[in-house]
Amino acid sequence: MAENQYLFTRLQVRGPVYPGVPISPDESQRTGKGGFSYVLGLIGDAQIGPIRLGMTGFLSLVFGTLAFVIIGFSMLASVNWSIGQFIRQLFWLALEPPRPEYGLRIPPLHEGGWWLAAGFCLTLSVILWNIRVYLRGKALGLGPHTAYAFAAAIWLYLVLGFFRPILMGSWSEAVPFGIFPHLDWTAAFSIRYGNLFYNPFHALSIVFLYGSTLLFAMHGATILAVGRFGGEREVEHAIDRGTAAERAGLFWRWTMGFNATYESIHRWAWWFAVLCPITGGIGILLTGTVVDNWFLWAQQHGFAPVYPQLNPGVVDPALSAGARP
Amino acid sequence: MRFYLIVAALAIGLGGTVASLFTLERPGMLTAQLGFRGVGMEAVVNPRLVAANAPLHAAPPSLEAADPSGDRASTIYENVPVLGHLSIEQFGRVMQAMTEWIYPGEGETQGCNGCHVPGNFAAEGVYQKTVSRRMLQMVQMINTQQTAHVGQTGVTCYTCHRGLAVPAEVWFETPNTATTALAGQAAGQNRPLPRTGQSSLPYDTFTPFLLGDAPIRVQDQVARSAPTAASIQQTEWTYGLMMHMSTGLGVNCGFCHNSRAWSDWEQSQPQRVVAWHGIRMTRVINTEYINPLQPNFPPHRLGPQGDPLKVNCATCHQGVNRPLNGAQMLRDYPELNPPGPERRADATPR
Repeated sequence: MAENQYLFTRLQVRGPVYPGVPISPDESQRTGKGGFSYVLGLIGDAQIGPIRLGMTGFLSLVFGTLAFVIIGFSMLASVNWSIGQFIRQLFWLALEPPRPEYGLRIPPLHEGGWWLAAGFCLTLSVILWNIRVYLRGKALGLGPHTAYAFAAAIWLYLVLGFFRPILMGSWSEAVPFGIFPHLDWTAAFSIRYGNLFYNPFHALSIVFLYGSTLLFAMHGATILAVGRFGGEREVEHAIDRGTAAERAGLFWRWTMGFNATYESIHRWAWWFAVLCPITGGIGILLTGTVVDNWFLWAQQHGFAPVYPQLNPGVVDPALSAGARP
Repeated sequence: MRFYLIVAALAIGLGGTVASLFTLERPGMLTAQLGFRGVGMEAVVNPRLVAANAPLHAAPPSLEAADPSGDRASTIYENVPVLGHLSIEQFGRVMQAMTEWIYPGEGETQGCNGCHVPGNFAAEGVYQKTVSRRMLQMVQMINTQQTAHVGQTGVTCYTCHRGLAVPAEVWFETPNTATTALAGQAAGQNRPLPRTGQSSLPYDTFTPFLLGDAPIRVQDQVARSAPTAASIQQTEWTYGLMMHMSTGLGVNCGFCHNSRAWSDWEQSQPQRVVAWHGIRMTRVINTEYINPLQPNFPPHRLGPQGDPLKVNCATCHQGVNRPLNGAQMLRDYPELNPPGPERRADATPR
C-alpha cells in the first residue's frame, strides 16, 4: 500500500511515560502522570504531559481567560445576547477601544473601559506566560532564546496597544479586539498615515517576515531531505558532523556557493523571526508620532517614484472659491 | 493514516467550495488600465455580469414627444405651481411619464391615484403630491445647478425611482440596535451590511457625510508634524463612506484614486472631481429637499429615528458608475428642465 512520507511523523516510539528530570522538592511539582496520543504523535511527540503549570502559568491562564471572556461577552452584548447572531457575525464583532474624546482617561466600562480591562488582563497574561517560558527554560538549563523571541512579539503587541496610544495621547489609537475590525484598523492606519508601504521599518519587517518563510522552507526541506542519513539529529551533527550534515552543506554549496551550518542556520532563523516584530514595532511607533504621511516622507527622501499622469490636470475642487472641503 | 488523509482532504475541499461559491465570481474578467503602468489603477469588469445586469440599467422607452406650443398648463389647470410653464400636451406627458416611472401598477393606489385625490386632480391632501412637487423642483435644481456632477446627462424621476414609489436604495439614520449598556462601544460599526461592502466599518457614515458636512479628508498634507489630527476612528468613518461609494458605483478604489496616495488630487482620476461634486449634491438633496418634507411623510415612510428616507450614491447609481449606463433620458424629457434659459445648449457635454 502506498505510504505518505511527507506530512506526518512516520515512526512513533512508545516506551514508559518519561516524567522529565526531577524538580527540586521546594518547587511546585508537575501534575498528572502523562499518557500517549496516536493522533498528536502524527505531528509531534506522542507523549502528553505531565505538565508543570506553576504560579506564573496559573496566573497567566487566569488573566488570559479573563481577557477572553471580557472580549467574548462584549461581543455577545453587542448583538443583544443573541447566540445565533453571535455565531453568524463573530468575524465582524469586536471590543472597541475608547472613543477619541476620552484621550488617555479611563472611560466608563461600556465606553471602552472593558477594552482597557481586557487589554490589561491580556498584557498581564502574555507577560506572565513569557516569564514562565523563561523560568522553565532556565530550570532545564536552556538559554533564554525562546523567552527573548516571545518578548519581541510582546514588544509589537505593546507598541500597538500601549506605547503608541500613550505617545499619541489617546487610547482610541489602539487596535480593537476582533477579527475583521482589527484588519479594518490596519487598513485605516495605513490610509490615515499616507500608506505604510513607504515606511522603511514596515518594509524591513516584511523582509524579515518573508525571509523567515524562505529560511524556514530551506531549512525544513534540507533536514527532511537528509533525514534518511539521520539528519534530524541536528544537535549531534552541530558538534560532530556526520554524512547528513556533510551532504546538506554540500548541496547548498553546489546550489548557491554558500551554506549555513547546522548551528548558524538557527541563528539566521531566530534573528529573522525576531527582527520581524522588532522592526515592525519601530515602524508603528514612529507613525503619527514622528511621521504623519509616509508617502510624502518617501517623496522627500527620494524613494517614492513619480509616475507620469495619464489624466493630468486634476485639481482639488475644494480649492475653488467658496467650496468646502 | 489513510482515513485521516481522506477526512482532511474532504474538509479542505468542502471548505474551499463553500468559500468559493459565496465569495468568488466565475472567471472571465476584463481589466482596463486607467493609470500609469504598475500603479494598479485598473477597472475590472465581469462581462458576463454586465450583460446579465444590463436590463436593470436600461432606460424605459421614451413617450412620444409633446408639442411645446399652445396654451400653458397654468391657464387651464388649477394649482400647478411647478409645471405651469409647460404646454398642455407637455404637462400631460410628464404626468403620464411619472405614473409609469413611479406608480406603474394596477390598483386603487397606483397610477394617478398614487399622488392625486381620485376625481379631483387639483386637490391637495395626498402627501405623495406634496412630495412629488418638491421632487420636481429638486430635479430642476439638479439639472441646472449640479451639472458638475450630472453633466448634460441630467436626471429624471426614473434615475432613482425605477418603477417604485420608494427608490430601492435609500437610507435612514441607523440607531444603535444594542440595547445593553455594555455594548455601547460597538455602536455604529462591526455589522456586516451591504452598504459598507460587508466590512466591519462604521455603517451610519451617511449621517455625518451625506447629511452633515463632516470633514472626509484624513491624510496630512505634510510629511511630518501635521497640524491636523484625524483619529483612526475618523479614518474608519471615511473608509466606510468610500466602501459605500465603491459598492454603490460598482467600481474599485482605483477608479478615482491612486491607492499609493489617496489624498493626492494630482495622481487621481478626473472621476474623483465628479464624485466630490456628487457628495455635495447629495448633501443639498438631503438637507434642502428631503429632510424638510419630514412632517409630510406618514410614519411608515420614516426610519426608526423618525427621519425620512434619504439618498446616497447608490440611489441613482444602483451599482453602475453612470446611472442607467449613461442613458440620455433627460434629453427626451425637456419638460423636466426648469422654465427659463438656465440650461445652456452650448454647455460642454460630459
